[in-house]
Amino acid sequence: MNPETLETGSVVLEARRISKSFSGVQVLFSVNFELRAGEIHALMGENGAGKSTLVKILSGFEQPSSGEILLDGKPVTLPPNGAAEALGIVIIHQEFNLAEHLTVAESLFLGREVTRFGVLDRKYMRAETRRVLDLLGCRVDANALISSLSIAEKQMVEIAKAISRDARVVFMDEPTAVLSREETNFLFRQVRKLRDQGTSFVFVSHKLDEVIELTDRVTVLRDGQWVKTAPTAILDGESIAQLMVGREMSSLYPAKTEPDVDEEIVLRVDSLSTDYVKDASFEVRKGEILGFSGMIGSGRTELMEAVAGLRSRLSGEVTIRGEAVPSGDVHAANRRGLAYMTKDRKAKGLLLNSVMTANLTLQSLDQHTRLGYLDPTSEAAALGKARRRFDIRVRDGDVVARRMSGGNQQKLLLAKVMETEPEIIIIDEPTRGIDVGTKQQIYHFISALARDGRSIIVVSSEMPEVIGLCTRVAVMREGRIVGVLEGDEISEQEIMRYAAGLKRMAAA
Amino acid sequence: MSVNEESIQSTSHRRTWRDVDLRAVAPFAALALLLIVGAIVNPNFIGLNNLANVATRCAFIAIIAVGATFVISAGDLDLSVGSMVAFVASLMILFMNSGAIADPTLMLTAAVVFAVAAGAACGLANGLITTVGRIEPFIATLGTMGIYRGLTTWLSQGGAITLREPEIQELYRPAYFGSILGVPVPIAIILAVTAVAAFILYRTRYGRHVVAVGSNSDVARYSGIAVNRVRTIAFVIQGLCVAIAVLLYVPRLGSTSATTGILWELQAITAVVVGGTALKGGAGRVWGTICGAFILELVGNIMLLSNFISEYLIGAMQGAIIIIAMLVQRSLVRKS
Repeated sequence: MNPETLETGSVVLEARRISKSFSGVQVLFSVNFELRAGEIHALMGENGAGKSTLVKILSGFEQPSSGEILLDGKPVTLPPNGAAEALGIVIIHQEFNLAEHLTVAESLFLGREVTRFGVLDRKYMRAETRRVLDLLGCRVDANALISSLSIAEKQMVEIAKAISRDARVVFMDEPTAVLSREETNFLFRQVRKLRDQGTSFVFVSHKLDEVIELTDRVTVLRDGQWVKTAPTAILDGESIAQLMVGREMSSLYPAKTEPDVDEEIVLRVDSLSTDYVKDASFEVRKGEILGFSGMIGSGRTELMEAVAGLRSRLSGEVTIRGEAVPSGDVHAANRRGLAYMTKDRKAKGLLLNSVMTANLTLQSLDQHTRLGYLDPTSEAAALGKARRRFDIRVRDGDVVARRMSGGNQQKLLLAKVMETEPEIIIIDEPTRGIDVGTKQQIYHFISALARDGRSIIVVSSEMPEVIGLCTRVAVMREGRIVGVLEGDEISEQEIMRYAAGLKRMAAA
Repeated sequence: MSVNEESIQSTSHRRTWRDVDLRAVAPFAALALLLIVGAIVNPNFIGLNNLANVATRCAFIAIIAVGATFVISAGDLDLSVGSMVAFVASLMILFMNSGAIADPTLMLTAAVVFAVAAGAACGLANGLITTVGRIEPFIATLGTMGIYRGLTTWLSQGGAITLREPEIQELYRPAYFGSILGVPVPIAIILAVTAVAAFILYRTRYGRHVVAVGSNSDVARYSGIAVNRVRTIAFVIQGLCVAIAVLLYVPRLGSTSATTGILWELQAITAVVVGGTALKGGAGRVWGTICGAFILELVGNIMLLSNFISEYLIGAMQGAIIIIAMLVQRSLVRKS
């Protein structure tokens, strides 16, 4: 990459003094942003910093309250509801906009089907799809059904869709959240290739290392205000993080406390198998934080759901404090003090249209039942306590979960799981899609719970998280536990070696 | 960690009229509007006698709709309730006609227990087919709707089933035509059923679980709620409500036929939706449902008392009401 040409690259899309308010609450304050032809521009900021709003405004999904947008130097009003695609401005959403029962070719041409004499020209559309997919180096069959694709392949189809529409500006909102490392590398190669051909990308992500690896320039927003725009080359992860939170990130992870080697083993899993998980065995001691690392799709969540009784197992034993837990019985696991916290807080964790109280006590209503009826005072007291304990910050105590920020939702979910007073807590992706400040808080909560004598299993795709929190790390690959690391062995390189299949532990 | 300014105001938040949930208030506002319209159309309308009559006549639908509120809140649907009324009522009359027990009081008591059990069993069947059989509730209850109706036709051999014992008839009559402390029995029963239902839905663990399942069954499952049991029990509650409606229906006419309760499922679902319960589940409003049932009957009554709309259009009017109610619901959601 040549910085000179970047400097002279003409500005494609520009935001000048953009402000935006939603029902009286201002979320963007006179923000400036410019995107040059052929650059990858990272847009960074904590949750609630205004990134998504700015992206929506620059792609026409929202109109600014004041300020102007310039396309090729000329002021424009972007048409709403994705009609800006006609101007070459495409947004790749975090949640895919693909109809599951269409084929890849049908998806690519959805809404702009090519016809000959009034009949769909399927041959042409298939050929064109093939051409675009080849351009991306993607080997997916043009006739494959979307429902048969992996998540990474769906992401590729979304990108192919953007390219086939002659996109000049592509917004990508957390595109790597669901991708494995290999898939991410592949995606980045394609993005760079397109960048070199003149396409501009806006890359929204929480992953600092990826931003540094991929992007040319970084713009940081904080609390709806523009903070800095700078070439990525002069920044490092630490400095971007500092710009985002506006404070020193001295202790993202709390100090580790090793449990005594002779502490009681509270959870023992013996050669557990499901449809996908094969012969998994591990144990957890009292007060221990055990990490589970591995690629997306390596079977971690499936294993944990089987341990928690949310999924039935084909064979194997789960014992909690010496008592066997029957297969596929959530209640039995709960009664013995094991709780599972899902990684999917929006679809499986919280009732988005319900208030905090209803969410908090859903799993533990027995504690608030008096003579068969629910006691609202006792529930309100529980909420007050949980808000203080987990620092859940909301203006209105009766707000529905949907309106809360990702970080507060995650804290509420943690509070909800803790209401059942579990002794063993499995936390799947403790900090997915939340900002650095809240991450730090959650790490401290987890550490405090462990010091309290509870045992915690942290399943995470973010390696620094597992390394920073856990005293022991199990690595999974293709449904098997391929390695268990302890102490100084715990490092990114070592975990990668196991996760990528370069190394496995000697058969026990 | 710096303290966010958001946390400071949290305790000082005051409720204003703006916070009132429009969806909860809308059915009652509509009811008030209808009363005014009715009073203008015909001065006899607003009389206590007329209104008590309307309330009495809406009893069947109201009580069935209370059950439907549970099923719909849990995210399901029961189309079989109209047929179930005909089937359970037929069984109850046949039981009383069988003469198995000589003493009329004892016989009637046994018949009541029998009808309640039959209703619960029909509901249980719907619930198990839906949950254990994993069949869409729409299809499952479309099937049982045909089955219960067909069994009724078969039991009655295409004709009517009539209560024959005059002694039992005499004994049973007050259950519909009598009154308690000046309140007609059907109205008292509506109020009692609704109060119990509201208590269950709003103040018990089970009620919270119903709403959670209807709101998002995955969240419910991950929270350790036995989703299928909650849904099945909702269908059983629906069956019990149908049985209670039957207990009021039988003394009124003392007879059933293959056409008993036709289209009652439509009216019950309409009452639930007009009352503000979301058809996609997750929010139940029991008192709104009663209000909805009353509105349906009231509209018919106003059409009957007025000269400018034919009462033959009542069915069309009720059909229109459900569509209007959905449109109003949606616009209120958008605003809030």
